[in-house]
Amino acid sequence: MADIAFVIPRGAKPRRRISSRNVIIYGTLIVVALYYLLPLYVMVVTSLKGLPEVRMGNIFSPPVEITFEPWVKAWSQACTGLNCDGLKRGFWNSVRITVPSVFISILIASINGYALANWKFKGAEFFFAVLMIGAFIPYQVMIYPTVILLRELGLYGSLTGLVLVHTIFGMPILTLLFRNYFAALPDELFKAARVDGTGFWGIYFRIMLPLSVPICVVAVILQVTGIWNDFLFGVVFTKPEYYPMTVQLNNIVNTTTGVKEYNVNMAATILTGIVPLVIYFVSGRLFVRGIAAGAVKG
Amino acid sequence: MARSNTQERPSRLFRNLSAKIAAVPMILTAMVVFVGFSVWTVVHSFTKSGLLPRLNFVGTLQYERLWNSDKWLISIQNLVIFGGCMLVLSFVIGFVLACLLDQKIRYEGVFRTILLYPFALSFVVTGVVWQWMLNPDFGVQSIVRGIGWESFAFDPLNNGKIVMFGVVIAALWQGSGFVMVLLLAGLRGIDDEIWKATRVDGVPAWKTYLFVIVPMLRPVFVTTLVIVTAGIVKVYDLVVAQTDGGPGIASEVPAKYVYDQMFLNQNLGQGFAASTMMLLTVAVIIIPWAYLEFGGKKRG
Repeated sequence: MADIAFVIPRGAKPRRRISSRNVIIYGTLIVVALYYLLPLYVMVVTSLKGLPEVRMGNIFSPPVEITFEPWVKAWSQACTGLNCDGLKRGFWNSVRITVPSVFISILIASINGYALANWKFKGAEFFFAVLMIGAFIPYQVMIYPTVILLRELGLYGSLTGLVLVHTIFGMPILTLLFRNYFAALPDELFKAARVDGTGFWGIYFRIMLPLSVPICVVAVILQVTGIWNDFLFGVVFTKPEYYPMTVQLNNIVNTTTGVKEYNVNMAATILTGIVPLVIYFVSGRLFVRGIAAGAVKG
Repeated sequence: MARSNTQERPSRLFRNLSAKIAAVPMILTAMVVFVGFSVWTVVHSFTKSGLLPRLNFVGTLQYERLWNSDKWLISIQNLVIFGGCMLVLSFVIGFVLACLLDQKIRYEGVFRTILLYPFALSFVVTGVVWQWMLNPDFGVQSIVRGIGWESFAFDPLNNGKIVMFGVVIAALWQGSGFVMVLLLAGLRGIDDEIWKATRVDGVPAWKTYLFVIVPMLRPVFVTTLVIVTAGIVKVYDLVVAQTDGGPGIASEVPAKYVYDQMFLNQNLGQGFAASTMMLLTVAVIIIPWAYLEFGGKKRG
């Protein structure tokens, strides 16, 4: 009340601050934001409790005694099948899958996008349209022929094979991203280089690639989160020793044998989610730009 | 087109060749993987393929088996329930949140970051977390009982009748922020003049949103709808991680049916037929949309 009495004489601004409209807006947003944060909070507190405490209390109560043992166990001892060397194997597999996949898929897609934007040839638009529509085909439709392809190439079950799969299925969105970016660059750049007699690859490596750093960052964010979070390709195209982190997490949590160690499961879940989460929180608007690229057509 | 035509004239063949060589990965992906592999699967769905794909045609036998399979019928029913709930709720929640964030509020970035972060997570992570949140002995149910409502029962993951709603809760947590961001981008594209005009006319804000802004956002809504729907048809990892199709077969979905038939039951023909049905579902959504989008562009 005192606040209101104090601010009324100052005119329009205070009325806006305390209006019931703002109470509703901020109130709703805060409640919703808390709801969205709840699972993250539950993950963290559960992973810091000992198993007896998890069994006694409820999922929302903060840990009485903080222990990092579940984290250690999830990382280096959790069992999937006969293997009990923890999630670290899946983590390094995911790194070995994600790093080359991101690099190769972006390199290829940027060249595709450049060819589509600056060197249109007959049929280019047709292939691009097929690529874009193909992006909507459920993976389940193409998955078995892909298994056969990889088997013929001798790559089935290997990390290289999975890198190839990620390169193929990441192509539509990345090509779209780069095509739109290069098409929006000023024509004069391209024309000046052409006048100087620079060829296709010269223009790409000396002009377009250096200029595409901002969109490359967006593409890296999109691909790292996408490939890190992949489950289907990991489970179909690799063998157990190469399973990415997501597949291993699922196997750890949903194993039917042994005692359910909820705290270890939650530690494992955070460990699996931490890479995309860090990328998300650090990249901010760039992440939004990446996911919106699929929806905003150029 | 005009630009490249004039510039390609000096030594046309060579330069076209470079661009074409550069586009080979794209052409191979589009024509071999997307078109070729899909056709291959559709063709093989009419065969008796079991452990290995074979071209011994049996007509529509696989489809007859498919539509007589309880597991498939439940998968389809679940997809309809899941899809219906997801579409309605994610758009309602997404649009309301987008409108709230569009009110020139403070800390907009903070709110947006919080509402979108689940989208950065893997479906597996989401499934596992919500499996824990909905755990009957420790999660939501036990807490509500703990505060005095002893008879409260909400155990979707062990109750086949409502298990899909448990999956919907998890999927909404992950996906509604995505819908919000796309719609918010649409709202930001709306001319300020519209707002001024409606304000001058004394139209209440909610009416403006419903009757002026929503129709104006139609293209954004349609695009978001297509993306969300294509995602719904593909739902797989979430179900595997959260329920693994259980209890029993109560939360089976088509994508899981395909995987199980192909890689667990060694019944490839069933897998091909089921995946062809998935393709058909997506085609029904995509083709009219693509026709409107790309067809319209050419004419316009």
